[in-house]
Amino acid sequence: MDFLRPASWAEALAAKAEHPSAVPLAGGTDVMVEINFDHRRPEYLLDLQRIGELHTWDADGPDVRLGAAVPYTRIIDHLADELPGLALAARTVGSPQIRNRGSVGGNLGAASPAGDSHPALLAAGAEVEAESVRGTRLIPVEEFYTGVKRNALAPDELIRAVRIRKATGPQQFSKVGTRNAMVIAVCAFGIALHPGSRTVRTGIGSAAPTPVRARAAEEFLAAALDDGRLWDTRGPLGPAVAGEFAELASGACNPIDDVRGSAAYRRRAVGVMARRTLGWVWGAYRGNEGRGAACA
Amino acid sequence: MSDVTRTPTGLTQHSGTQGGIGASTLRPDGTLKVTGEFAYASDLWHEDMLWGFTLRSPHAHARIRSVDVSAALATGGVHAVMTHDDLPAATRYGLEIQDTPVLADGVVRHHGEPVALVAADHPETARRAAAKIVVDYEQLPVVTDERTATADGAPVLHPDRTDPHAAHVPHPNVVHRQPVVRGDVAAARARADVIVTGEYEVGMQDQAFLGPESGLAVPAEDGGVDLYIATQWLHADLRQIAPVLGLPEDKVRMTLSGVGGAFGGREDLSMQAHACLLALRTRRPVKIVYNRFESFFGHVHRHPAKLRYEHGATRDGKLLFMACRIVLDGGAYASSSPAVVGNAASLSAGPYVVDNVDVEALALYTNNPPCGAMRGFGAVQACFAYEAQMDKLAAALGLHPVEFRRRNAMAQGSVMPTGQVVDSPAPVAELLRRVQALPLPPQRQWESAGGATDVRALPGGLSNTTHGEGVVRGVGYAVGIKNVGFSEGFDDYSTARIRLEAVAGEPVATVHTAMAEVGQGGVTVHAQIARTELGVARVTIAPADTRVGSAGSTSASRQTYVTGGAVKHACEAVRERVLELGRARFGTYHPAWASAELLLEDGKVVTDGGEVLAALADVLGEESIEVEREWRHRPTEPFDLRTGQGSGHVQYSFAAHRAVVEVDTELGLVKVVELACAQDVGKALNPLSVTGQIQGGTLQGLGLAVMEEIVVDPVTARVRNPSFTDYLIPTILDTPTLPVDVLELADGHAPYGLRGVGEAPTLSSTPAVVAAVRQATGLALQRVPLRPEHLTGT
Repeated sequence: MDFLRPASWAEALAAKAEHPSAVPLAGGTDVMVEINFDHRRPEYLLDLQRIGELHTWDADGPDVRLGAAVPYTRIIDHLADELPGLALAARTVGSPQIRNRGSVGGNLGAASPAGDSHPALLAAGAEVEAESVRGTRLIPVEEFYTGVKRNALAPDELIRAVRIRKATGPQQFSKVGTRNAMVIAVCAFGIALHPGSRTVRTGIGSAAPTPVRARAAEEFLAAALDDGRLWDTRGPLGPAVAGEFAELASGACNPIDDVRGSAAYRRRAVGVMARRTLGWVWGAYRGNEGRGAACA
Repeated sequence: MSDVTRTPTGLTQHSGTQGGIGASTLRPDGTLKVTGEFAYASDLWHEDMLWGFTLRSPHAHARIRSVDVSAALATGGVHAVMTHDDLPAATRYGLEIQDTPVLADGVVRHHGEPVALVAADHPETARRAAAKIVVDYEQLPVVTDERTATADGAPVLHPDRTDPHAAHVPHPNVVHRQPVVRGDVAAARARADVIVTGEYEVGMQDQAFLGPESGLAVPAEDGGVDLYIATQWLHADLRQIAPVLGLPEDKVRMTLSGVGGAFGGREDLSMQAHACLLALRTRRPVKIVYNRFESFFGHVHRHPAKLRYEHGATRDGKLLFMACRIVLDGGAYASSSPAVVGNAASLSAGPYVVDNVDVEALALYTNNPPCGAMRGFGAVQACFAYEAQMDKLAAALGLHPVEFRRRNAMAQGSVMPTGQVVDSPAPVAELLRRVQALPLPPQRQWESAGGATDVRALPGGLSNTTHGEGVVRGVGYAVGIKNVGFSEGFDDYSTARIRLEAVAGEPVATVHTAMAEVGQGGVTVHAQIARTELGVARVTIAPADTRVGSAGSTSASRQTYVTGGAVKHACEAVRERVLELGRARFGTYHPAWASAELLLEDGKVVTDGGEVLAALADVLGEESIEVEREWRHRPTEPFDLRTGQGSGHVQYSFAAHRAVVEVDTELGLVKVVELACAQDVGKALNPLSVTGQIQGGTLQGLGLAVMEEIVVDPVTARVRNPSFTDYLIPTILDTPTLPVDVLELADGHAPYGLRGVGEAPTLSSTPAVVAAVRQATGLALQRVPLRPEHLTGT
């Protein structure tokens, strides 16, 4: 195994172009586990830790341009206002040590359906900034996941950053694990209200071969909110609406039975999380001009 | 060679005169462990050492047609490859029955069974070379439970058995079977006003100790080998290793290395013989350290169990009879299954008076992973079932669960189903009373005064699954009984060697035993005992090794009792020698030397009236007094093979728990809010350590209740979750408040009146948590660990 250590982003892109099989390595929380357990034995490891700009973010515009290697800890500490859903998801990642090293770029690169950041990215709305020596392209996050642990990157591309819509309304994230911390998701659900566009977006983790949006649930809810003029009145959501939303979210799952949980349980749990998180974000929208989503 | 034996031993513990028994002396290894400086066996290092690696079977049951090691041997950096054909002497070993192949002998009987060994100059080289070994397997049908193990035509996993149990078992795939019969169950059943039955199941728990199996074998000039090793019982290892190496026991010298937890999982050999074999073959030091994945295959687990119980009681709440059948899955090799069966059978009625019992307990041979010792040892499985039954009976009779238990609680003088009289305090009702009397945590404890929600106090924790929605509280109680020490007539003794000498004018005691310090705090307690008995401040604990006689196993809650007893006994002999020396040297100066009761206190010889006769250092002068003593607890008897009658146990220990849980009834997630324990420890030699043991045992029981299980595929018998990613143990966010109430009711038969502590809290914690979840959900919940699916019907 050869270890490539580019000193700059340009060098990294050149190395990836020259060795398309090279596996990028940032925090190492996923790649190193796979190597240690001999699950993969890449020809080249492409170490990105010397590339400073991957650890920075820019929150000046309507998006946060989040460097691919910004660790979860910094998202929690510095971006909870702009990216509340992602910050909530980041809090559920692994242990403090893992959160100090793991990053959204790594989560996207691994493209595991159980990655904690995916539902939050799907709900907020995001594009993956993929770059190669050929140039840069923006991949909408919902098109990024192409299969179990597969993504839309070309062999010569690296993830430079993720551009995530700044929150303009409440966001929530909820994850089921069979332990109260430091656990891989059995399933997860993210939701974001976008009052500006009067839309609702969602993300489901670990309940289908890829992270997915519950589009039928989103469309149903958007219509229900419009019909009731609820974006304007900030009136209460009826239990029937929440129930239908939950049902549709559950229906968006295509889960499997595995050692972490049964398919039936995942469907049920996604429905429960959808109903509850909708209650929380709608409550927040009604209560305080739509900002903030922290559960204390 | 540096640091090869660095352990908590070898350190002088200087604690002034306050560090005797009853003091919460701090442990010498505590700070080192917390700061990451403690040297574990996995840190062992030797110049020129090679690394050993074990090739393991990917199948649960297969015939080995051939093994081709040529490609592995041809790998650069590889110094040796060994298979069964290369073994120099005995090819099988075992704790009780020598049925376990050192390396697979033509057949593998469980997933992960060792097939070949590689020694190379780098661990990665060894691992890759092992991958080049070509093993031609012919897969065989697997037996995985009682039905498949005892079906007509079932593969017999160990044909031609000659072990002591072979003659009385109903099927060759049954390791051991122990009935316990007392009274007349049929007559009692006819008289019962209420009868409840239940079927229960306990999943396969792992010890999940944090320091993986590791050791370093160094070949010696004399043809022998020195083994530095993390284990639970040096001399039991030695007894098994020496025949495998074809060496006399005095050529195999063992020294305890830093042990990162054990809980029963280090009672059996793991890499001990393998490292020695490779070292003797290569004439180089060989280190083997398992990674976490391999560790799950490297040690035995807790027996999964299926239990069927029937209880009958009178209308006024008195137990009349109990009948039960306990089927333990021992996996591919016997390990300590026979003793686990004995425990499960003899303790199957729990800490209750019940005059009519009909019990059958047995352990199976299957192609599942081998199971053996784990904290609680057969008593855990039974306790989960009988405590569920107690709650069912209480409900059927309209009694509070604690009240029903109180009416049937055993006490000193009660008779066990085995006929053994409980002849020391058994405060079962009092322990329950104490946990019941504690105030309950406030309702909606996750809400602060200002109404903010702390998700960490809710089911799901930081995963943010509920802010109170769907959450229902439950409270549950349980109590259990555990034997202390080795039972059924086993000659259970410990050896201690004590030296007392004056160093720079100050008396210093050295305690040398072969006790395995696995985290239980034995080295702390031994120093405390020496201080109390010899009146010295400075005590050195010598490294544990096989240059001194056996200290028995660090298991069965026995080390403070038995090795502590040996230290006390040897110290008493040293004291006599000191006083003889004093009389010879100073006897003429003061009549009290001849007439008074003399004590050693604060480094001086004093009369019982407190008059100082001499300084210990002056009495000793240049002399060094050294005494070695063996010490035994009172003997036990085997259980009768047909009736289970016999005074089989040394001592009983009791703990009770009250669990308070919040259950997310929609998601099936559980947050244990508080898990209170009351336990009688006879005498707390170190109250801080005792509290730690009780809290640790309680938490291990919580783990079994709500998350810990090795999942074995029922079709292939392969382990599905050999990692800490999917074998979950409680984190600090899963750890509830753990109030501990320690009773000290002396057992007159035991040193200082003490009662073994380590295991009892692991028993009742599991059923208490499950009882609380039952109360919250109304579900029957007959299996642990609970899974969200069980609580949501999915």
